[in-house]
Amino acid sequence: MFKYLKQLTSLVAMVAVLFTFTTETMAAKKSKTLKNTQKKGFVRCGVSQGLPGFSNADAAGNWTGVDVDVCRAVAAAVLGDANKVKFTPLSAKERFTALTSNEIDILSRNTTWTLSRDADIGLTFVGVNFYDGQGFMVRKNSGISSVNDFKAGVSACTNLGTTTELNMRDFFNSKGIQYEPVTFEKADEVVAAYDAGRCDTYTTDKSGLAAQRIKLSNPDDHIVLPETISKEPLGPVVRQGDSVWEDIVRWSLNTMIEAEEYGVTSANADSMKTSDNPAVKRLVGAEGELGAALGLDNEWSLRIIKQVGNYGESYKRNIADTGILPDRGPNELWTKGGILYVPPAR
Amino acid sequence: MNIKKILPQLLTLLVVILVFGFFSYNAQINMENRGITFGYGFLSQESSFDVQFSLIEYDGSHSYFRAYLVGLLNTILVSVIGIIFATIIGVVVGIARLSNNYLIERTAAIYVEFFRNIPLLLQIFFWYFAALRALPLPQDTEPMFGVFFLTIKGFFVPAFVWNNLDIFIYSIIAAIISIIFIRIYAKRKQENEGIQTPVLSISIGLLLILPVLSFLFGGVDASIEVPVIKQLSQSGFTYEGGIKLPPELISLALALSLYTATFIAECVRAGVQGVSKGQKEAAASIGLTPNQVLKLVVMPQALRIIIPPTTNQYLNLTKNSSLAAAIAYPDLVLVFAGTALMQTGRAIEIVSITMLTYLSLSISISVFMNWYNKKIAIKEK
Repeated sequence: MFKYLKQLTSLVAMVAVLFTFTTETMAAKKSKTLKNTQKKGFVRCGVSQGLPGFSNADAAGNWTGVDVDVCRAVAAAVLGDANKVKFTPLSAKERFTALTSNEIDILSRNTTWTLSRDADIGLTFVGVNFYDGQGFMVRKNSGISSVNDFKAGVSACTNLGTTTELNMRDFFNSKGIQYEPVTFEKADEVVAAYDAGRCDTYTTDKSGLAAQRIKLSNPDDHIVLPETISKEPLGPVVRQGDSVWEDIVRWSLNTMIEAEEYGVTSANADSMKTSDNPAVKRLVGAEGELGAALGLDNEWSLRIIKQVGNYGESYKRNIADTGILPDRGPNELWTKGGILYVPPAR
Repeated sequence: MNIKKILPQLLTLLVVILVFGFFSYNAQINMENRGITFGYGFLSQESSFDVQFSLIEYDGSHSYFRAYLVGLLNTILVSVIGIIFATIIGVVVGIARLSNNYLIERTAAIYVEFFRNIPLLLQIFFWYFAALRALPLPQDTEPMFGVFFLTIKGFFVPAFVWNNLDIFIYSIIAAIISIIFIRIYAKRKQENEGIQTPVLSISIGLLLILPVLSFLFGGVDASIEVPVIKQLSQSGFTYEGGIKLPPELISLALALSLYTATFIAECVRAGVQGVSKGQKEAAASIGLTPNQVLKLVVMPQALRIIIPPTTNQYLNLTKNSSLAAAIAYPDLVLVFAGTALMQTGRAIEIVSITMLTYLSLSISISVFMNWYNKKIAIKEK
């Protein structure tokens, strides 16, 4: 009898320990994500399964792209080395679950910022690193030159679980056109099915169309229609409830954009420490104590600019020079006619 | 009662409760921390996404629950088609493997070994993209019998357009009910007087005559709507009217049935070989023809061996149909655990509903097959 009682007490004690452990860590005030990242020695970053210009792995497994650069910037700021990132390729369907269930700490995967996603499902969007919009790709020999040329019965291939599915419905409904949506889980199958002739049009974000077009058997036989049917501000996402980590990711991105604004590049960043402009000096950490507010040292922003480069460098390297979208369009600085405008680092 | 017997039971119960409590408590805390709410209220909200192929009327203005039904019905549809074809192919191949004809036996064996040893997902991709590459564009297709059009955009078949369809259905129901009564009557007559009634020809006659009468006198009218080609752009065409079977459905059903048929064929072979040789020889010695031996002696005994493992194959086929998401066939996983999950973000609710649904589907198949198994089991008299 006593034997069992003893077992029971130890069991109860064990369970009690487990419970106090969980509640205590929940209550920890400091950024848990930052602490874990520093302990692990790498940033856990969720990216796409291969979207040239945004997040794409080469044969050797090296990831490049503007989305990838956001994670690299955070790694440079937090760990001092832009290469200390572990990339996890995710489908559109898996991405939010991976983030909320603690598999990754940043989701930088051409994800559209919408109210319901931001408010409803435990996510926080920290900014916009690419202003996009949904468009349509069609075959050149179809003679279609505008979205107004679509007729009832048109079949449209696209990705599953994206805002694209909803925009497509809004668009075709507003035109009163009955259509056939064909949705695949992976982008490669969408491209293959459209290429084979299963669909009359391929619809997704215009940057995606430009990037996937390269994968078609005859890219020159296809054109992207001029119209844009939706607003798609794409940006990095973090879990709700860790505002310090949220700030770190937000300001890592902002630093890249502001560096371009002030002409600070990976090549001249060191020499900018002695700049006459106080804003530039703050940006490279030569003035003020901005790093401390984020729980980082003062060189954090300098490392981002030196190791990853400013936004313009990242765009040129990944999107312009690869021939995906040479024209920056809205993704130009506000001072140059675009809409890239970030709050000042001070 | 011996306390030594009860205490371990109580402890086990306590541990189970604590483990479940710990996990649900943890999930609750984590969800609260991340601002995730829990509830099934979203099912009545407007879904605002469309689905390419649906057995019931559906568009984005319907609710998420309706989207769930669309996915469920599509899953059931492809499973039923798959089970029917897998059974037919499986039985034919299984018997072919027992053939004395060397060529037939070898062909069946190669088919079984080839298809059961390649991963199913790969086969689905193969059939889908092979079909897409091989099928003609709508404008290039040659009609079959003038009314069927097999194209890359789907298999377009004529549809019946009915007037007073309900009366036609009533006539069929009436025919079936009278057949049941006639069968009971015939059985009684045979038992009492030993006279056989030609039940089969009467049944077929009833099934033909009653519906024909409904056409002649019931105001039932059916016309055939043949698909017509429609130009969408200078190079894009499609067909309008009739019924459209999407290529996704065709290739998925094909892949599922060819794959599962190999396992069913092996079940059938095992079943037939499991009937002892003496049974066949005894049957032959009383003068039964080889076909009669198979139908009256071997098959009734073989079925008892075949049914239980075949039930497993039916269950596998149903669960494997969830691979549909890879090739854009709008089944339960694609529509509900895919798009709906993404648009609402309600992972726990949707995944739990989806799991429960597959569980219920599997249990229904099991219950039906167990009932059938019991029906054909040896009845000791």
